[in-house]
Amino acid sequence: MLKVDTEKCTGCGECEESCTFDAIFVKDGVAVVDHDVCTLCGICVDGCPEGALELHVEAGAFATDLSSWKGIWVVAECRGGDLASVTLELLAKSRELAAELDAEVTAVLMGQGIESKARELIFHGADRVLIVDHPELATFTDEVYGNILSDLAKRERPEIILAGATAMGRSYIPRVATILETGLTADCTGLDIRSKDKALLQTRPAFGGNLLATIVCPEHRPQMATVRPHVMKAKAPDPVRKGEVIRIVPRKSLLGHKVQVLESVKEQAEGPNLSEADIIVTAGRGFEQEKNVELARELADLLEGTVGSTRAAVDAGWLSSRTQIGQTGVTVSPKLYIACGVSGAIQHIVGMQGSEIIVAINKDAEAPIFDVTTYGLVGDVKEILPLLIKRIQKERGL
Amino acid sequence: MNIVVCIKQVPNAKTVRYDTEKGTLVREGVEAIINPFDFHALEAGLHLKDAYGGEVTVLSMGPPQAENALRESLSLGADKGVLLSDRAFAGADTLATTYTLAKAIEKLGPVDLVLCGKQAIDGDTAQVGPGLAARLGLPYVTCVNALSVMDDEKTIQVRRINEDGYDILELEMPALLTVLASINTPRLPSLKGKMMAGKAEIPIWDAEGIGAKPSMVGLTGSATRVVSTWVPTFEARREMFGGSAEEQVDALVSRLKAAGIL
Repeated sequence: MLKVDTEKCTGCGECEESCTFDAIFVKDGVAVVDHDVCTLCGICVDGCPEGALELHVEAGAFATDLSSWKGIWVVAECRGGDLASVTLELLAKSRELAAELDAEVTAVLMGQGIESKARELIFHGADRVLIVDHPELATFTDEVYGNILSDLAKRERPEIILAGATAMGRSYIPRVATILETGLTADCTGLDIRSKDKALLQTRPAFGGNLLATIVCPEHRPQMATVRPHVMKAKAPDPVRKGEVIRIVPRKSLLGHKVQVLESVKEQAEGPNLSEADIIVTAGRGFEQEKNVELARELADLLEGTVGSTRAAVDAGWLSSRTQIGQTGVTVSPKLYIACGVSGAIQHIVGMQGSEIIVAINKDAEAPIFDVTTYGLVGDVKEILPLLIKRIQKERGL
Repeated sequence: MNIVVCIKQVPNAKTVRYDTEKGTLVREGVEAIINPFDFHALEAGLHLKDAYGGEVTVLSMGPPQAENALRESLSLGADKGVLLSDRAFAGADTLATTYTLAKAIEKLGPVDLVLCGKQAIDGDTAQVGPGLAARLGLPYVTCVNALSVMDDEKTIQVRRINEDGYDILELEMPALLTVLASINTPRLPSLKGKMMAGKAEIPIWDAEGIGAKPSMVGLTGSATRVVSTWVPTFEARREMFGGSAEEQVDALVSRLKAAGIL
C-alpha cells in the first residue's frame, strides 16, 4: 500500500506529475492516493522531494539468500540443426554482464544429436556448456524442456537466466519461472547491471512499444528474462576459446509429458521468417488488387527480405494471416521496414515501430504511418515500387 | 464441458496517448476494452459449449470497473462471470497474477479447459497462460490457432504456430490453451444477451474469499519491480522526401546506401 506522510507532504505535485496511472493527486494541499487505480509501481516514491511517500510492502514469501546464486545462464535454442541467432546474441551480451559481475557464462543446450553445437557455444562466449542430449528432447514440449531446465536451475543456482523471446522461449520459460517462484521479464530489448547492487536491469517495451520500462527482480533468484531476437549483437566466433562441456543425463521423472507432438510442419515461408528477417516489405490496402502484391514480393526477394501484411491485406485474402504484423499478429523489429500502401492504424504501428529504419510509401501525405517513419515517400505504390525495384537492380548490376 | 476463460481489461490502443515529457500514459479519455486476444479465447470457449454443452465461466482480475468486461462477456453468451478484485491484488506481476487466478480457478471447482488469449496488449508478456498452467499442474499449449475435440470428448488436437510453420499436438483435458486471433471470428452480442448481462449478478472475490496468502498476491507477492518508464520518441529522425516519384526513389536509395543496406 502506498502511504502519504501528511506531515512531510508539501503538496508540491511532483507525484501527480510522475504517476503513469493518475493514481495520486494533490487535494487541499496534500497528496491523495486512489488505491483502486494505484499499481504500486513506486515511481512517485523515488520522485518525492520531501520523502513523504512510502511503499509499504510486506516481506515476500520467498526470502532467499541472494549471494548463494551465481553465474549467468543462456538457454540455447537449436532449431532445425542450427543454433538460433538469438542464442549467439545472448552469449555476447552475457560476456558483458559477466565482466561486471565477475561471473561465469554457462550455456544450457537441450535437444537430440546436438553435441556438436557445444563447441560453437564456447566459441561465442560460453565458459561452460550443460548439454542434455536425449531422444525425448527431439521435439519440443513445454513440460519436458521446462522440467529439465528448472531442475538444473534449482541444483546449480544461477544468478541470471536469459533465453530468446522466440515462440519456444515465450512458451516454456514462464513455466520455469513459475516453478522456481521467481520473476521473469518478457521480450527485453536492453540488459544492464546496476552498479550499486549488481541487480540486473531489464528494459522492455510495453503497450506495443509506446512505453519502455526498466524492471528489476530484487529479492528473488534467479533473475530471469527473455530477450527479443535481433536486438543484441552477436560477436564473431573465437575458435581458440576454451570451455568445459558437461553432459547431463535427465532423470526419468523429468521426461514425462501429457502433450504429444503428432506432426511438425515447416511452411514454405516467403523468404526468412518474419521475426528473424533483417528486411521486411509490408503490403497494405494501397495495393488495391491481389496481383499488385507481386511487387512487394519482388522487392522483398531482391533485398533478401520477407513479406509482411496488414490486417486489411489478410482480410482481402492477398496474404496469409501468419504474415500479419501488428497487435493481433506478429511484432517485428527488423533493420529495414518498408511499409507499402499501409495507412498506419495504431494496431499495425505497435507491431513494427521498433524497427531500425522505417520507410513508408503512401498516396496520402497525411497517413498516420508517416508519424513513425524514418523516410517517407508520397505516391502510389504501383508507381513507386517498380521504379524502386529497377533502381535497386541497377545498383546491384542486375 | 467446464470451461474457464481468463480475460483482462486493457486500455484501447486507439485512445491511448503518451506523455513524452513524463514518460507515461495519458489515462484521461482512455477507453477500457476486453483484451483483443481474450475475445478469441472466449469465442473458442463458447464454440465448444455450443457443440458439447457445459458451462463457460469468465474470470478477470482487476479494479472494480473490470466488471464491465465481464458483463460484455456475458452478453456474448458466457454463463458466469467472476471478478477478482481487492486492493491487495494491486501491483501484481505475472507471478502474483498466476497465483491469484489459480486460487480462484481452484475455488470454481473441476475444470476441463482453461482458455487465455496469447497475451494482453498492454503488458505484452504472454506469461500468464503458461504460468497459470504451471500453478494448476495442467498441460498447456501456447499460440494455438486451431482446436478440435476428439470423439472421446476428452482428447483435443491443436495447431501451434511457431516461426517456421506449425505443430499439431494432442493432449488430454484438463488442459490450458492460449489462443491467437486467427483461431476464430468472435460473435457479436445478441439483444437478449445484452439484457441478461445487464441483470446478471457478478460475484466479487477478494484475497480472503479465494483463500490466498496475503504474502503471495499483489505487489507483495510479486518478484519484479518497475524502476522507471519512459516514452520513446521517433520525431527527430523523420524525413519526408519531396518531388517526383523518380526523385523520391533516388533519395531513398541514397539513404539506404549510406546506411549500408544497399
